[in-house]
Amino acid sequence: MSLVCQRCQQAKATVHITDTVPDKRELHLCEDCAEKEGVIIKQHHQSTNEILQQLIKHKAGLGAAGDLACPNCGMTVREFQLKGQLGCSHDYEAFKELLTQLIERAHEGATHHVGKVPATAGETVRKHAGLLRLRRELQEAVEQENYEHAARVRDQIQALESV
Amino acid sequence: MTIDELTPTTGEWLRGVGSMSDVVISSRIRLARNLADRPFLATASATERTEIYRCLTDAITSTSAGSDALLVDIEQTDTLDREVLVERHLVSRQHANGDGSRGVTISPDETRALMINEEDHLRIQALRSGLELEALWEEVSGVDDTLAKRLAFAFDRQFGYLTACPTNVGTGIRVSVMLHLPALKLTKEIERVARAARDMHLAVRGMHGEGTDALGDLYQLSNQTTLGKTEEEIIGVFSETIVPKIVEYERTARDSLAQHSPYQLDDKIWRAYGILVNARRIGSEETQALLSPIRMAIHMERFTSMSVAALNELLLHTQPAHLQKLHGKTLEGEQRDIVRAEYLRSRLAPSP
Ligand SMILES: [Zn+2]
Ligand SMILES: [Zn+2]
Repeated sequence: MSLVCQRCQQAKATVHITDTVPDKRELHLCEDCAEKEGVIIKQHHQSTNEILQQLIKHKAGLGAAGDLACPNCGMTVREFQLKGQLGCSHDYEAFKELLTQLIERAHEGATHHVGKVPATAGETVRKHAGLLRLRRELQEAVEQENYEHAARVRDQIQALESV
Repeated sequence: MTIDELTPTTGEWLRGVGSMSDVVISSRIRLARNLADRPFLATASATERTEIYRCLTDAITSTSAGSDALLVDIEQTDTLDREVLVERHLVSRQHANGDGSRGVTISPDETRALMINEEDHLRIQALRSGLELEALWEEVSGVDDTLAKRLAFAFDRQFGYLTACPTNVGTGIRVSVMLHLPALKLTKEIERVARAARDMHLAVRGMHGEGTDALGDLYQLSNQTTLGKTEEEIIGVFSETIVPKIVEYERTARDSLAQHSPYQLDDKIWRAYGILVNARRIGSEETQALLSPIRMAIHMERFTSMSVAALNELLLHTQPAHLQKLHGKTLEGEQRDIVRAEYLRSRLAPSP
């Protein structure tokens, strides 16, 4: 038996709930209405593949962009789109333009790492990461009008830059 | 230590202790890492895959990262044992069902599991019951440091740690908190959780359920972005902001049910118990659904016939792979439901 959603009276009911607490109820709803009624949580998260496909569509069809290949592993953009996974770490360089846009979309606009750096990474990498983190901290301090803290961070930046 | 020895115990994620454990079942942190000079798994040949496996297992088992760990070569492990690891939250389902050379090292207390050749070369996982994210971060970061002394991980000054999927790039961190929210479901307020999560750019999904409904009223909250924030900032959103807020929502909803619908609430609890004690055949999903109001009732001090520890043991041991392992042989679906009901009666029925 296929029920129609009790709320919108249109879509097929796929969420079925019977309960006695706090009220006796039997609910047969479609997913959208069940979410509006507060009884289920629907997924809104866009997958990488969806974001990627949208991006590629914007670029007026796959064409030449799809044939772009990594010189190290041979993976092409088209293959990446199919698999949703990159072929090697050099792909980040080979597909940099496309990946930067994709990464920006997937990470709330961020394009730079500010977290942990491997303890064994070269001094320049550590310095670079430290500066990025401090500059962001400075920006936040200024936005929050915490000038005392901002001055301290600015001094730290200058000290690190002169190393 | 072997998988056979692990099976009769309850496992870390169901220990039922830790901060806010009346609502927070468990917390978990995973870090994704890849070896710098090897291809990612999408393009690695079978030989390269095996080399990556050897290289990582050598580094793990010869350092404090896993010198006391159980090493499971998943490719050589039978299906039932793989399922046991999934039910104990020690490997992802994707890892259990995958292809080719792959494995996991498991610490004796099951708090630490290092997955080798899952989607990335390495996933460092730490898991504890309750909300214990700071301790988990210290643990995974320590393992990362230990291994980084012997292995070079793929790292880029702009993008950070490089991962097979660009959605994990940067910190490579995935923080997940499993919440038990039966009262919010009953009071139709689950949408508040979804909204709070969306505001913080977190994903929330029901656990294990076949459809969209959350099985056993268990929900998993996890971060979606891994770049542009420090690990501490990503963790802080959970431990300081969103989890305490949702815990408060759930506690308020429980109080409200107790105050406004005590008879309906007790009726639901005791009917659930009645079915668990008397059923002659029962499925795994129904068992999990019925244990949910009982878990809530124990924490609300409305139900004293069972402890949280006993309930957690039932929850794990009635899942298909554990049930069959403990029974000592594989069972067909129908037979499994009968054995599950017998098991529940033997554990719950008052002794004559
Ligand atoms: Zn509807
Ligand atoms: Zn490549």
